[in-house]
Amino acid sequence: MSTTLPRWIDIGVLPLLNILAAFIVSGIIIAIIGENPFTALGVMLKGAFVYKGALGYTLFYTTNFIFTGLAVAVAFHATLFNIGGEGQAMMGGLGIGLLVLALDAVVPAFLLIMLAIPVSALMGAAWGAVPGYLQAKRGSHVVITTIMFNFIASSIMVWLLAGTLMEQGQMAPETRDFAEGVGLFKFHEIAGMMGIKVARSPLNLSFVIALIAAFGVWVLIWRTRLGYVIRATGHSEKAAVYAGHSPQRIIIITMAISGGLAGMMALNEILGVQHKLILDFTSGFGFTGIAVALMGRNHPVGIIFASLLFGALYQGGAELDFEFQTITREMVLMIQGLIILFSGALVYMFNPMVERLYHRIVGPEKGAA
Amino acid sequence: MAEFWLQFLLTIDATLRVATPLILCAMAGIFSERSGIIDISLEGKMLMSAFAAASVAAVTGQPWLALLVAIGVSVFLSLIHGFACITHRGNQVVSGLAINILASGLTVTLGIAFFAQGGQTPFLKGDQRFSPITLPFADAIRDIPFLGPIYAEVISGHNIIVWIALLAVVVTSLVMMRTRFGLRLRAVGEKPEAVDTAGISVVLMRYQAVIIAGVLCGIAGAYLSIAHGAGFVREMTAGKGYIALAAMIFGNWRPLQALYACLMFGFLDAVAARVQGLELPLIGEVSSDLILALPYVLTVIFLAGFIGRATPPAAIGAPYVKER
Amino acid sequence: MTIKTQHNARGGTPPPAIALSGISKTFGAVRANDDIALTVTQGHIHGIVGENGAGKSTLVSILYGFYQADRGKIEINGAHADIKTTADAIKLGVGMVHQHFMLVPTFTVLENIILGHEHRKGGKTLDDEIALAREELSSLAQQYGLEVDFDALVADLSVGLQQRVEILKTLYRGAKILILDEPTGVLTPQETDQLFEILATLRQQGVTVLLITHKLREIMAITDDVSVMRGGKMVAHLVTKKTSPSELAELMVGRQVLINADFHEAEKGEVCLTVDNLTLTGDGGIPLLRGISFDLRAGEILGVAGVSGNGQSQLLEVLSGITPPTTGAIKIGGQVISPESTTTPNDVKNMGLAHVPEDRHAMGMVLPFSAAETSVLGYEDQPSLGSGFWFGPDQLERHCGELMQDYDIRPADPSLKCNLFSGGNQQKLVLAREMSAAPKILLVGQPTRGVDIGAIEFIYQRLIAMRDQGCAILLVSVELDEILTLSDRVMVMNNGASMGIVDKRDADAQSIGLMMAGVV
Repeated sequence: MSTTLPRWIDIGVLPLLNILAAFIVSGIIIAIIGENPFTALGVMLKGAFVYKGALGYTLFYTTNFIFTGLAVAVAFHATLFNIGGEGQAMMGGLGIGLLVLALDAVVPAFLLIMLAIPVSALMGAAWGAVPGYLQAKRGSHVVITTIMFNFIASSIMVWLLAGTLMEQGQMAPETRDFAEGVGLFKFHEIAGMMGIKVARSPLNLSFVIALIAAFGVWVLIWRTRLGYVIRATGHSEKAAVYAGHSPQRIIIITMAISGGLAGMMALNEILGVQHKLILDFTSGFGFTGIAVALMGRNHPVGIIFASLLFGALYQGGAELDFEFQTITREMVLMIQGLIILFSGALVYMFNPMVERLYHRIVGPEKGAA
Repeated sequence: MAEFWLQFLLTIDATLRVATPLILCAMAGIFSERSGIIDISLEGKMLMSAFAAASVAAVTGQPWLALLVAIGVSVFLSLIHGFACITHRGNQVVSGLAINILASGLTVTLGIAFFAQGGQTPFLKGDQRFSPITLPFADAIRDIPFLGPIYAEVISGHNIIVWIALLAVVVTSLVMMRTRFGLRLRAVGEKPEAVDTAGISVVLMRYQAVIIAGVLCGIAGAYLSIAHGAGFVREMTAGKGYIALAAMIFGNWRPLQALYACLMFGFLDAVAARVQGLELPLIGEVSSDLILALPYVLTVIFLAGFIGRATPPAAIGAPYVKER
Repeated sequence: MTIKTQHNARGGTPPPAIALSGISKTFGAVRANDDIALTVTQGHIHGIVGENGAGKSTLVSILYGFYQADRGKIEINGAHADIKTTADAIKLGVGMVHQHFMLVPTFTVLENIILGHEHRKGGKTLDDEIALAREELSSLAQQYGLEVDFDALVADLSVGLQQRVEILKTLYRGAKILILDEPTGVLTPQETDQLFEILATLRQQGVTVLLITHKLREIMAITDDVSVMRGGKMVAHLVTKKTSPSELAELMVGRQVLINADFHEAEKGEVCLTVDNLTLTGDGGIPLLRGISFDLRAGEILGVAGVSGNGQSQLLEVLSGITPPTTGAIKIGGQVISPESTTTPNDVKNMGLAHVPEDRHAMGMVLPFSAAETSVLGYEDQPSLGSGFWFGPDQLERHCGELMQDYDIRPADPSLKCNLFSGGNQQKLVLAREMSAAPKILLVGQPTRGVDIGAIEFIYQRLIAMRDQGCAILLVSVELDEILTLSDRVMVMNNGASMGIVDKRDADAQSIGLMMAGVV
C-alpha cells in the first residue's frame, strides 16, 4: 500500500491504470485474431446501451453482479476470501425453488414472493456460514472449502433437477413452472402500468433489491458496530481481541452475510426471469463477483459501477455474437480474467512506476502527509 | 461371475484413464504448493494446453509437437502466476482464479477464430493423436483365466501419457525426497527464511517449482485433447483441475498418497458412469451425481480434521518478504 | 556523549575477527544504525547490549548479508569484506544463529544442517551427501560438545536442542565467527547454562562469538568484551571485567532530559487490584511469569521496571484478560480472574479496568482506521455512539473531537487515518480513549515509546492527574527514568519474576539497576 501518493491517485488513477492494462491486453488479443478492437468496442457499447431494450438487459446482468460483488466485498472486509458465490447462489435458488414448488398451490403469490426473498438469503447464508465455521473452529481454509462447496452445491442441483424435482415427461433438467404470478415484477410491466412504454427486458424488481442491498452493505460496514468490528478484525486480529471481540465469531457471521448476499442473486434469475428452477443459472456470475469486488475496491458505490461495467460487457458481449464471425461472448470471460489478474493479483504492479512519476512531477516527499 | 470380473476390470481400466490427468495435475500442484505457492490454476493451465495441443495436432498432425506446444503454453501461464505471486507478491488465489477464467474465455475465443467450429477444434484421427499402445501378446493371452484379462484389459491398451503420468508420480516422489532440489523445494514451502539464510534464492526456487507445475499441467491438457480425446471441446476439463487439487489435498501434499486419492476419485467417476439408476438393497436408487460429489465432500471432511489431519506446507500462500 | 574505547593493540596479535567502521542504515525515516564502529577480537566472546530497537539486530543482519548497509566498511580477519548476500557471509566464515530459528520443523536435524550446502561433500545423491555429512557432523559434535540426535525431527526437539542444531549448522558451513542474536530469550535457565558451556568450548577452540542480548546477567557471565548500543548508535566499548551491570544498565537506558512531571506524594486509597501468585507458562512449557504477587491501591502509580522481555508484556496481557493465567488469581473489586474463570477483555473492562497496550500499532489501534474509529476501539458498545446497531460517524467524530481537544492531539482532524499521525499523537489518542473511560484501574505499557519530548511531558502530567483523581495505575516501562519519575512504588521484574517492590523513597537508579540485572 503506498502512503506517499495522494488519495485521488490511490483510489482513482491506479485502479483505472489496472483496468486499462486489462483492456489493452484484450485489444491486442482481438487484433491478433484479426478483428479491429475499436470496432468491437463500438459494437459492445451499442449492444449494451443503444439498441432497444439493451439497457434493460445490461441492468439485468448488473443486478447479478451487484449481489455477488457485494458478497465478495463483505468477506474481504474481514480478510476472508469467499470464492463460494456460485454455490451460495445455487443454494439461494434451490431455497426459492423448494419454497415455491411446495407452497404455490396454497399460498398467495404475493406472500410467497415476500417469503422467497429471506429464504434465498438464508439458504445462501447457510452455505457460506459452514465454510466460515470450518475455518473458525476447525482450521480448514475458507478458500478451499468454498471451492469444494461450489461443486457440492452443483452436484446437489444436478441430482435434484435431474431427479426428484424434474418435471414429469420432460427431458430438460428443470422443474415445472411456478404458479402464475409467482415472480418479481418486470420493469417494463411496472412502467407499462404507469403508462410509460419501455422495451421488454428481463430487468425486474431484483435490481431495486440489489441497490437496497448495496446501501445495506454500506450501512453495515461503515455505520454499524458489527461492521466496525468486521473491519477491525480484518485489519488486525490482535486489535480485535484487545478490544474484546472473538475473531471466530466474526468469521462465521461475516461468511453468513456474504453467503446471504450471493444467495439473493437467485432472486434475479429464478424469481425474476425463469419462474422455475433450472440448472446452471449462476453461469459463473459468482466468480464475476470477485472481479467486481476487486474493481470496486470493496465499496458498494464502486461495486455498483463495476457491476454496470460487467453488465455492459455481458450484454454487449452477446451483441458480438451477432456482429462478428470470430468474436463471441466468451471474449467477455477473457476480459474478466484479465481484469481479475490486473486489478487483483497484479494490483500493485504500477505503484512504484506511478510513485516515481508523481514525485518527478510534484517533487520528492511532497506528497506525504 | 466371469462377466462381473470383466466389468470390474473394465472399471479399473476406466479408472486409470480418468485418473491420468488428475495424477499429472496433482503432481503439478504438489510441486507448486510444496514450494509455498497456492495453485488453483491447475484447471486453467490444463484447459489452455488441451486447446493448444489439439490446435497444433489438427494443423500439423504431429502429436509430439502438439505436446511440446501444450507444455509451452501451460508454462507461460505458470510464469504469469509466478510474476504475479512471486515477483509482485500478489494474492495467489486471485491470480490462480484469473488464469482459470482467462483460459475459459481465451480457449473458446481463439478456437472460434482459428477453426470456426463453435469453439471446438477439428476432430483428430489416427496418428494425429497418441493412440492406445497394445502391449505384446495382449490378444494372445487374453483367454488365460484371471491374469489374461488383467493384462489385456487393464495393463494393455493405454496411450503413452497414461504411462507418463504414472512415471511422473515416481519421479515426483524421488525428486521430492531423494534430491537436494527436492530438499530445498520442501524447505522453501515450510520455512523460506531458513532457505534464504542458507544462501539460496527463495524467488528462484519458487519460479522453478511453478514452471515444473506448468510442464505437468501441459501434459495433462494434451492428454485430454489428443490422447484420451480426439480434439478440444469447450470447457473440456470440466472441473478436473479442481478434483486434482482436492486429490492433492486429500493426499496431504504427498505424491504417493495423492496418487491413491486420484485413483480413488477416478474410480468413483468410473463407477458413477456404470451404476446410474441401479437399484441397490437398503440404499435404493444409486445417484451418480452424488457419487461424483464425493471427492469434494471427502476433501472438506479431511480438511476439517474429521479424518486424518491435513498438514499443508507451513508457508503456503504467504509471499516471502524479508523482515524489516 | 563520549565513547569509551578499549584498545587491544598489542604487538603480534592477529587482526580483529570483525572490524566495522561508519556503518549506517536507514529504513524509511528510521535511522536503525548511525555511524557504527566495532572491533571484535579473535577468539573472544564479544557482547552487544542494548534495548529493543537500539539497532543491534540490524547491525548483525548487515554483517550476515541479510541487509546491505547504506554506508560503512566491513573487515573480516583484517581483509576488506564485500558482503552482499548471506552466501557471501557464509563463504567468509560468518555464521549466525537467529533469534527466531531458521530451521524447517518438518525436516530432520541432518536435513536442516545440510540444507543449501549439499554439494560440498561431492556425493552423487542426496543420500550420499547425508551419509557423508553424518560422519563429519559426528566429529564436529564431539569436538564442541554439541550432541544431538541427527535423525530426530526438529519439531520434536526442545528449544535448547534446536539452538544446538543452529550452532552445528553454522560450524558445518565452516563458520569461524558465530553471531548469536538474543539466544537466551526462549531458553530455560538450565538450557541457558548449557548454551554458555557450549560458547565457552567454542571460545576454547578459537571461534569468535558475537553475542547480542539485552540481558546484563549474560553479558557479565560469559563475555570478554561488551559494546553498548542505544538509539541506533554505539555508546560504549568496555572490557567486561572492568564494568558492572549497573553501569551497563545506565548506558543502555541512558539519561533523558529531565522532564518536569510535577510529582508529589500520593494519597493512597484502598486496594482495588490484588494479584496473587500469578504464573503463566508459554508454549513448550517455558515459564513466562513466575509467581507474581502485588496489591495496587487507588490513587497510586505502581511502576514495573525491568529490561524488556522479562515478563512485563505477559503481565499486561494476563491482567487485561487477553491471556488467561496458568495458575494464581487476580482480584478486581469483588471479582476474581483465575485459570478457571472464562474472563474476556470485555469483562475486565466492565470491572473498571482500562489498558493502554505496549504495542500501539498492532493492538492499541487499527492503523488504516480513522482517528475517530480508533478512538472508540474496545468501547463500541457505548450508547452515546448510536442506538442499537447504528454506529454514527457524527457521534464518533464528535467523541474523537472532544478527546483531541482535551488531549491536544494534532492535527485535530478525526477523519484522518491513524498511520498519518506522529507517534506522540497516536499515543495520546490511545491514552485519551482509555483515560476518558474513567477507569478505576489503568494499565499503561510503554507510554512514551517513540514519543517526542513535548508529548512525554503532557502524558506524564495526565498520568499523575489520573492518579490524583483516585485511579490506580500500573505503569510498565523500560525507561527507568520514567518509572522513577512517576511511580509511588516500583516493582522490578527479571526473568518473569518480581525481584521485589521498592518504595519511592528507597528507589534509586543504582539499586533498581541491580535488581533489573537480576543481581539482587
